[in-house]
Amino acid sequence: MWRDALLVAGKDLRIEARSKVGLGQVVPFALVVVLLFGLALGPAAGRGSVLSLAAPGLYWVAVLLATVLAVQRSFAIEALDGASDGLKLSGLDPAGIFVGKAAAVCGQLLALEVVLAGAVALLYDRHLAGGLLLVASCLAATVGLVSVGTIYGVVSSGSRQRETLLPLLFFPMVAPILLAATKAWDAALAGTPGRGTGWLDVLAVFAVAYLAMGTVAFGPLLEDA
Amino acid sequence: MGPVISLRDAVSLAGRFPLLAGVTLDVAEGEVVHLRGPNGAGKSSLLRLCAGLVPIASGTAFVLGHDLRADRQSVRREVGLLGHASFLYDDLSVERNVRFAVRAARADLRGVDEALDRLGLGGRLRSTLVGSLSAGQRRRAALAVVVARRARRWLLDEPHAGLDAMGRTAVDELVRAASASGTTVVLASHELDRAGRLADRVVAVAGGRVVAAAEPSAPGVTAGPATPGAEGDDARQIAPSGEAEEDGRDVA
Amino acid sequence: MSLTTTPTGPGRPGSEVPPAQLTALDAARGSGVGSVPGREGARRRRSGHDVAITATGALALAGVVATVWLGLWVTPPDRFMGNLVRLLYIHPSIAWVMYICYGVAFLASLLYLWPRTRSLRFDKLAGASSEVGVVFTGLTLVTGSIWGRPTWGVWWTWDPLLTTTALLFVLYLGYLAVRRIPGEPEVCARRSAIAALVAFVDVPICYFSVLWWRSLHQAPTVADPITGKTYIHGSMAWTLLLSFVTFTLVYAWLVARRYRLFVLAEREGDEGLVLAIEERRAESLQGRS
Repeated sequence: MWRDALLVAGKDLRIEARSKVGLGQVVPFALVVVLLFGLALGPAAGRGSVLSLAAPGLYWVAVLLATVLAVQRSFAIEALDGASDGLKLSGLDPAGIFVGKAAAVCGQLLALEVVLAGAVALLYDRHLAGGLLLVASCLAATVGLVSVGTIYGVVSSGSRQRETLLPLLFFPMVAPILLAATKAWDAALAGTPGRGTGWLDVLAVFAVAYLAMGTVAFGPLLEDA
Repeated sequence: MGPVISLRDAVSLAGRFPLLAGVTLDVAEGEVVHLRGPNGAGKSSLLRLCAGLVPIASGTAFVLGHDLRADRQSVRREVGLLGHASFLYDDLSVERNVRFAVRAARADLRGVDEALDRLGLGGRLRSTLVGSLSAGQRRRAALAVVVARRARRWLLDEPHAGLDAMGRTAVDELVRAASASGTTVVLASHELDRAGRLADRVVAVAGGRVVAAAEPSAPGVTAGPATPGAEGDDARQIAPSGEAEEDGRDVA
Repeated sequence: MSLTTTPTGPGRPGSEVPPAQLTALDAARGSGVGSVPGREGARRRRSGHDVAITATGALALAGVVATVWLGLWVTPPDRFMGNLVRLLYIHPSIAWVMYICYGVAFLASLLYLWPRTRSLRFDKLAGASSEVGVVFTGLTLVTGSIWGRPTWGVWWTWDPLLTTTALLFVLYLGYLAVRRIPGEPEVCARRSAIAALVAFVDVPICYFSVLWWRSLHQAPTVADPITGKTYIHGSMAWTLLLSFVTFTLVYAWLVARRYRLFVLAEREGDEGLVLAIEERRAESLQGRS
């Protein structure tokens, strides 16, 4: 399984390196979202402004939106020219495919989160404090987001309405992640990381639960796609 | 060892549309079988059933001893399917695509170079992105995957389609060489003469069933019920609309 | 597709119906009717079901009438809440049915995924139950909102129970969308069952994270409507009880009817299948005539 996961992740990242859809489209999209929030809630900036207070929540909403795009892209690669049949024929372990695809999207999203964090700090005037908690909650939240995304990505890839179906399935599902990640960032940025560790646990539980679920369920779901 | 493929009254559905309406077919080890029939007859579905891609709704199907009703996964690693779609990634080079398929199937990477050379994909084409290949070159790359995976059973869906004269001859040689080394080949083709010369046996498919089977030496007899498809002597381009129709997706 | 509309010639070899195959198909679908030997037995059993369903429906209707009568005319207004208390006779019982719906859908999905109990009956049950569930979730939200406006002064508050219910509503709307993805019955059933499990696991995580989210804010907690009531008149208790029973019966009736509809649609599909296979086989005769 790990060998197959590595193989699939390597393949997906290589395709991404070549096509640069993530870098060229998903990251700019997330930046646009951050700018739009600024327009909607600005123009006042600085300590105590709406933008600055809401920064953690806005940041995570932007990440959520970008996740849908990244997952859609990840499955668009496979749907092209019957390659999802190819995936079935390849003889790869489905659990390996799940972990591999999720890992590739995770890698891209983590990179995006770094860029986005910089943008939020700059545009919403929020100092990025509590580094360790920030990084840990990013990791846990991203694993959870991508696991759910990949499960539903393969479910909706069998449908002809996949562009609209995935967001409908994905967003309600990850509501707890939005909540917990926002709270963790809130605590970290406010300089009281002690209040955020509980939320980190929620994120970890979610990530582990859905990672396990995806590993088990991906095989049958791929079969049906 | 029993037959490689053994189907009895196999019915396969796409939604409510019967792709296969009760197919009975046996293919022995080492045989080269030519499936012929008009567009939409069920040739592709038959090959996809044997590759474990299409589920079976009733009847029985055994491929390499695997009961396809119970397990469609195990067979996939052991057969090489050349489908209408090429199963290739546009944003990877030809070599990368073949290497990925070979490593996924846990086959020997040393087969990659040989397969690329035999299909005329050595040299410059090797590192070309699949997305920028012509239709014929794509077809060859897809064939290279089948060859490089070293599957001992080949299911080839219109292997000649979209290829130039040289490519078609190369395919013929590949099939002959494979057959000589004991590989079982089932190929669907509208190139009746060309495929007929390769095959040990011709099977006519129409209306989702096998309607006639005979030795290739008497094509006039077997072509009887299936003549609507006989016009396709030229190489056909892969027509996406025709493919959808054959899969019955627009009906489902 | 033009090929499928080819008329079937009688007496042609292509038009033979494979009875063994189709009964096998029917049994595999677990429609419940195909597995009963003989048409007579099937019909008798079906009419027995119909009687039970009709009886449930009649009882449910009587219960609704009685609840309305008791709730609106017989019971007195509450000392604190006045006539508002009458909403209490329906809101908790509707919410209760909502929980039954998702519980049943979850159990049915689990039973479908368990290889030894796999049957499309459970898939249909899960589908019927969750469809009713979404309707009742909507009703729960609406009645709760109507109740909340005069009681709390707002239509909506980010109470854990409310927030989770709202999420439940969208989660299961998504589940119903998954159910509508076309495909083989078995394929759809498995996909839907997995989606149901995935959604169900999310519910407690949602609830507890929202609960915690609220409590950290030290917001004024809103008491549950049931535990919040302080005084219950005898007739009120009976009305409430009757309402629970009534809505459970309404649920049973709705699910039975919906299930029936699934079976009918499926049977129609299977009959269409006989025809489709015949027509498909007839295609092979085109070249001969």
